[in-house]
This record gives sequence, C-alpha cells and structure tokens, in this order.
Amino acid sequence: MKYQQQNISANDFEECIKCTICTAYCPVMAVNPDYPGPKMAGPDGERYRLKSPEFYDKALKYCLNCKRCEISCPSNVKIGDIIQSARIKYDKSKPKLRDHILAETDVMGALASPFAPIVNPILKTKIAKLALDNVLGVDRHRNFPEYVSKRFAPWFKKQEAEQLKYPKHIAYFHGCYVNNQNPGMGKDLVKIMNAIGYGVLPLEKQKCCGVAKIANKLIDRAQHDARINLKSIRKAVDEGMPVLGTSSTCIFTMRDEYPHLLGLDNADVKNDILLATVFLARKVNSGEIKLVFRNDYHKKISYHTPCHMQKLGWATYSKELMKMIPGVEFVVLPSQCCGIAGTYGFKKENYKYSQEIGSEVFDNIRNANPDYVATDCETCKWQIEMSTGYTVKNPIEILAEALDFEETRKANNL
Amino acid sequence: MNKDFQKNTYDVIVIGGGATGAGTARDCAKRGLKVLLIERLDFTAGATGRNHGLLHSGARYAVTDHESATECIKENMTLRKIAAHCVEETGGLFVTLPDDDLDYQKTFIESCLSAGIEAKQLDPKDVIRMEPAVNPDIIGAVSVPDGAVDPFRLTTANVLDARLHGADVLTYTEVVELLQENGRITGVKVRSNINGEEMELHSRIVVNAGGIWSHGIARKAGITINMFPAKGALLIFGHRVNNMVINRCRKPADADILVPGDTISLIGTTSSRVPYDQVDNMEVTQEEVDILLNQGCQLVPSLSWTRILRAYAGVRPLIADDSDPSGRKISRGIVCLDHAARDGAEGFITISGGKLMTYRLMAETAADMVCRKLGVDAKCTTHIDPLPGSEPTNEIEKSGKKHIISMSTGQLAAQERHGSLSSNIKYGSEMDDSLVCECEQVSVGEIKYAMDALHVNNLVNLRRRTRMGMGTCQAGICASRAAAILGTKYGNDRALTDLRSFLQERWKGIRPVAWGRSLAESYFTSWIYKGVCGMKDYNVETGNKTNDKTANKEA
Repeated sequence: MKYQQQNISANDFEECIKCTICTAYCPVMAVNPDYPGPKMAGPDGERYRLKSPEFYDKALKYCLNCKRCEISCPSNVKIGDIIQSARIKYDKSKPKLRDHILAETDVMGALASPFAPIVNPILKTKIAKLALDNVLGVDRHRNFPEYVSKRFAPWFKKQEAEQLKYPKHIAYFHGCYVNNQNPGMGKDLVKIMNAIGYGVLPLEKQKCCGVAKIANKLIDRAQHDARINLKSIRKAVDEGMPVLGTSSTCIFTMRDEYPHLLGLDNADVKNDILLATVFLARKVNSGEIKLVFRNDYHKKISYHTPCHMQKLGWATYSKELMKMIPGVEFVVLPSQCCGIAGTYGFKKENYKYSQEIGSEVFDNIRNANPDYVATDCETCKWQIEMSTGYTVKNPIEILAEALDFEETRKANNL
Repeated sequence: MNKDFQKNTYDVIVIGGGATGAGTARDCAKRGLKVLLIERLDFTAGATGRNHGLLHSGARYAVTDHESATECIKENMTLRKIAAHCVEETGGLFVTLPDDDLDYQKTFIESCLSAGIEAKQLDPKDVIRMEPAVNPDIIGAVSVPDGAVDPFRLTTANVLDARLHGADVLTYTEVVELLQENGRITGVKVRSNINGEEMELHSRIVVNAGGIWSHGIARKAGITINMFPAKGALLIFGHRVNNMVINRCRKPADADILVPGDTISLIGTTSSRVPYDQVDNMEVTQEEVDILLNQGCQLVPSLSWTRILRAYAGVRPLIADDSDPSGRKISRGIVCLDHAARDGAEGFITISGGKLMTYRLMAETAADMVCRKLGVDAKCTTHIDPLPGSEPTNEIEKSGKKHIISMSTGQLAAQERHGSLSSNIKYGSEMDDSLVCECEQVSVGEIKYAMDALHVNNLVNLRRRTRMGMGTCQAGICASRAAAILGTKYGNDRALTDLRSFLQERWKGIRPVAWGRSLAESYFTSWIYKGVCGMKDYNVETGNKTNDKTANKEA
C-alpha cells in the first residue's frame, strides 16, 4: 500500500518511542526539579503544543541547549531543536535588558574595548558585581571575561597582504571571543596555518554567530547576522577557501542551528564550515601536512569535551592533535556538561543549577590536577577557570605553545 | 455487594452507562426521582466511547435527514453551554475535492440554512490558510459550527450530576433478568461482573438504555426490538493533524470526517452490518484500515505520513422503525418505546436510536415518559444547568498554581479534562505532582482523584477518566505506575492481573496498524514488561503464572 511508508514530522518528534534515555542524559533534569526534562519538554510537550500554544510550559527556558538529549536518542529525534523551536515560537516573554547585554556579545565588545583599561577593573569590583546582580540579574559570582583594548580584527586586517603571499588560504571566522577577549588565540592560529603553508584571511563582514541571541530569543537579530555570515561563507567557499573557526559553539551554531532554529538553509556550504582542529587533524591524517613539536614541552593536560563538540562528534580530532605532542601527559575527562551553556550560567536564576551541573566536571579536574585544562569552547573555559582555578586553554593555543614552527615549516617544504 | 441497594425501591432503574443512560439518570434525578444507574462494564464502554467525538453541527445530515440536522444543531448549541469542559469549539469545514460534484455544495448550504445551521461558503484559498492540513487541491469549502466533544468526560459529568442529585450508581453490574409481576416490569436481577454475586433490585420503572445491547435486554422480557448492528471503524493518529473538523462535502460515505480530539486526530468511519452475536467482538480488519487511509489521505494528505496510534470500532445502535412491518426500515432519529403500549409490558421503556450529539434530548424524552408514567410533574432543566466541571467559576484560576513559574503542561491538561472539578486534584507534594502518564500528562494527584471520585475499578476505567495510557506510548510507561497506585486500593494481585489485561487491551487496538514506529514502540513496551518486569512468566490469556519458581512477583 502506498500510504504510511514513512513518518514525517517536525524535528522527527514522532520517531520517539518514549524510551526515556534522554531524560537520564539531561544535565538539567538531574539538578532542577522544575524542568520537565527533554522527553516531556520535547516530543511529549510538542503534542500538547500542537493542540494549543497555551500548553507551552515556561520551564522550557531551563533547557541549556547542550543537545546531549539528541546525542543519547536512539531514534534520532531532534529533541533539543524541538525545545528551542518551541521557545522561539511560543514563549512570548520579552528579552530583558540583561538578556540583551549578555546576548549582544559583538556590540558589547565594540563598546567596551576602547575603555578596556577602565571597564575591566570596574567589572571586577564587588560593587559592580553587586550592582549587576541586583539591577540586571547577572549573578554576582561571575567574572566577566576581560576585554582587550586592541581587538583582533584590526590587527588581522593589516596582515592581509602578507597572508595573500601563501599559495593556499582559509577564511577565519574569529568570532566575538577572539576579537574582544583573546586576540592571542587568533594570532596563534595564523602562526600555525602559516607554518603549514596556508594563508589566513578574515571571513569578510563577519558578524557574531548568534548563539547567544538565539538563546535569548533575539531571533530577528540572529537571523540578520546569520544571513550576512552565510553570504560571506558562500563567497569564501566559492573562492575555494574552507571557513575555519576556533570556537566549537560558533561553528556548531553556523552548521546546525542556522538551518534547524533560524530556518536558513546552509546545506551547500555546511561541510566547508569547520573547526580549525578538525581541519588540522584531517590534514595530518591524510599526510597532506606535518606537525613537528618541540622536545622541551612537558605538560599534563586534561581535555574537557564541550557539549556542542560532543554533538558535532569532533572531540576526537582535538584530542588526537594534543596526543601528538610528545611531552604531553593527556587525560580525557568524562564528557559532561560544565553547566555554563553560554549566557545561561551568567543569569542569576540559573547560577545555582549551573554550578550543580558542573560539579562533577570540577571534581574530575581537581582529581586529575593537570597543568592545563584544554577545551574548544570559551564559555566552558570561563566556567572551569572560575569554578576550579585551573588554567584553561584552547587546543589551538596549546598547539601554538608546543609546535616547533621552524621545523614544521621545513617539514612542509616551506 | 452493598445490600442497601436492595432495600430501596427506586422510582427508576436505568440500564446502560453510555451517554444516553447517564443522561437519563441525570435528568430523572434532577426531577426529584430516586434513580439507580446500572452498567454491566464501565461507563462509555459501548458506542459512546467508540465514535468520532464529533460535536456535530448537523450539517452532515442536513441534505438527507432534516429532522436529525435540526436536533443536532440545537443540541450542539446546548452542549457548548452545559458541557463547556467537554467541548472544544474548533469549527468545522466541508470541503469539495476535485473528484466531488461541486453542485452538491449548493444543495448542502441550502439544506444547512433551512435546518438552522450556519453554513458559510468560503474561498478555498482562505481555507488552506485557516486549516493548513486540508488537501490543497480543494475546489470548494463551507464552514459550519462543528466541534469536538469528549464522550468520556461528558458521560462522567452526567453520572456525577446524577449522583449529586441522589442517584445510586453500579458499574460492572449486568442485568441477567427483568423482574416481572402481573405483566409489569418491577425491577432487575443483576450479577456482579467483578465477583459474580447476584441480587434483585426493584423499581417502578425500568429504562433500557443499553445501546446495541438493548436488543438482548428487551429479549429478557420476551420483547423484540429489531436492531441493526452497524460497525464503524476509526483510526487514531498520534497527534493533532488538524485543528478544525474536516468533512468531505458529499453524500455521507466512508472515512469522510477528520476530527481533532484532545491531543490526537481521528478519521472515520466505515459502515458495515454485523450479526448481533458478534457485537462484543469488534476487531478492525485490514480492509477497513485500507479504506480509512485511502479516503482519509484524500481529505488530508499528511495522514499518509503521520503515525497511527491505534484502530478501534464501535457498533451503532440502529433500530428498526416500528412503522414498517417488514422491519427493514431503519429509523435514524430518536426512538423511545413505551413497552406498555407496544408490548403490554408496563413499567418498561427503551430509549434508543439517536446519536451521541442528541444524548441529552434522548434522555429528556425518556425522562418525560418516566415522569408521565409516574405522574410526576417536573420540568426538564438539563438544557440549562451546566454539568459538574462546566460551572463558570474563578476557582480554576486559584487551583494548583503551585508551579514555580506558571502552571505546568500537566496542570493545564488536567484542568481541561476536569474543568472546574480540577480543583479537587491535589498538587504541591513531590508524589502528587509526579506524572503517571507522561504522554497525556496525568499526575499521581489526578489518578488519586479519579480513583476516589470517578468510579474506578481498574486501569481501563482510569484511562477513560483521565486519558492515562491514551498517548503515543499506549501505556508502555504509565501502566505499571498506575497499577501500583491501583494496588494500594485493591491489592497488588488484582492490580497485577489488571495490568496484564490492560496491556493486552492496548495491544488489541495497535495490532491492526502495527507497523513503523508504533510497532517499534510496542516491542519496546513488551521488552520492558517481559524482560525487565519479568511478566513473561505469566500467561497473558489466563493471568496465571506459568512457572512459579522463576515468576517475579515484584513485577
């Protein structure tokens, strides 16, 4: 019979067979009894929301969009997408001033960096933290990541002539973090790529990836930025350049959230949007490039898998790269959510849950007692540094420390 | 069994716990009569619980049966007022497909208007926007005041109101004999379908509201009512496909109505004659499933790829028209038989025919006859007084606002199910707030309320009172939880036996549509109960342990 050959439903919610595995993997469910959990917030709740939007449960805002439910689902239900789509569609509450401030990472960076020497110390004071807490609802325990006075983008632009001399190129999506808070990592990437024969050019007109805007329901803004980014990505790809990033969440957002939550099709370029570590590891594995490391680099490094890295299935690439470093004692931490989830953990109402969710990650780090924690996500970095006191670095930063650039260049015939 | 029932001489005993029986009990009780309602199984176990749940506007009958159409639209408007918590005002559409005769639409609209049904011709383009599920190829559309009505809630509300007005109610009590004295029916002899005990109950009037089973009940007094059992099969889809009732604008035929009912959508029905001795064994055949899908997908193409939860069939209690001596002419309207005049059996009335939509009018007709016979002068008020749960009240607002941010989906769902009576559901403790049924969002508190107040003997009763087990997992998750709560009242042995038969009952409805994810889910359920809970050691048919040594009673 020609009917009923397959089920088609939004985000495959009909595929759910109520096995409840997602509930066991949800980090929020374990600590917050007010959160109905991925099964009920996702496919179960969807049936009621299809009946009437009045059944939308505001507790869905507790979902930190880690997507661990989706990874655990044996039926391939896009549980996280169901929940985030429902928030976008049915939650009519307006984003607060606090949400705007947290979500507009690019605007805040642009405003703060000229005054970085003043802004940074002020944000560290108890008074400022109390004010942010009481007035805006940004939790007082949080440290704001420091802004830099000299942002990455202007420096990067100046390198263009130099970078064009290389035979091959990649387009770099540096994102807000590298631009406003950690230009050093961007410079590290340029150094590494140059050493293997790639020039690094900016992804033109790049905007914030939009992850924080999506989380704070500034959907129109996120779509606006995403369209610009996709246009630039298509242009880069047309010119034969893959688009690389150094933040797992930015890359995840542009690959998966653009089509799933913002309704912007990116199928034509999705496979060209990559994390730098993935690009490097694949090139090393295929024998196209060689990395030569210093002999005097001895560190104990623990790797923390960011949720979105887990969802992308890419942690293995970052881990592989660090394992190549001869002097590294490498410990992989169990893959668990650290609890920050971007802007989620900054919010006063989420702080307690955020820290409870991350507590096992923190314990595991303390037990491992490494020199550095490595992770591909800057918000995981902030959370772990604040909660454990250990220094957290991006694998790209670690590679830059450990590489023998001179020898690497030679090995790649440069 | 409670001996008090036997001490009483009731004014009226009503046989049959469907909408008509419950409505008749309510009407009689409200008119001050001493009433006993008897049901051999559970409320709504017959045709009441096995139909579309369509709040007919009457449009479907407008062309062929003006009288039924007029009755329907009147009752439609009445139910919106008295049974607000059972009704969803979805609105309805009659759409014309390219294969259908568009000329019929004109006749249809005229007939509707002459029956008092507000029928409005619409531009198909607007309709596709109003109801995106509808086949985009439609060439015509008419809006009518159709809606959805939950027959379980409606019947329960009638029973509750009957009780509030002093009626006694016995479920799982089957009539085995009609007591007669000098040609007069004076009561019934009943047997408990739970423990087999028998007793005699007396009344001045007996009302036979047994649906298709009225035939057998009347026969116990040697009276023949010619009934024509007509089986109708339906399919339930896993979630809402449409938010308005979608009918096909043609002469009534198979599978031409898709109704959004609570969390699901229903397509139906087929129509086929079945022998009376088969009315207790209704199974949906593959042919019926094929007809429903073939026709349904023409109306709403997405039915082709939407998961089907289950199939079920009911038997329409069609009755022969006494005016036709051959007994072949079927009456579609309400039939209220005074067996004193018809068969010389004083004190005995049969109320039949009609339809769910006109249950209240049927009840009023029967109660009028009862009152006439008893010489009671009391007016019917059931068309004015709201049913329990439908009273306009602000109490709903005040009940259960315990959720930290707002009411949870479950609390809102319970409020829809029980209307103003949802204030009886306890919230606030971790136990009461926990969900038993996750698909349909039924909490422990709601289960407890149903067990205390809504005549619950077993899991099937619980399902009908709350929707527990009606969702996509078809009780895979909730059956064991609900059985555990049931066990606190009836003992774990009975709960365990019940759990087995409940899961079997769920499977019966899944079997005709067991493919794809529904089949996968059934397997998963079976693994849980057989593998994890050790229920494989029980014989499903008999409920006996097959191997005492390995049987795990903890299951």
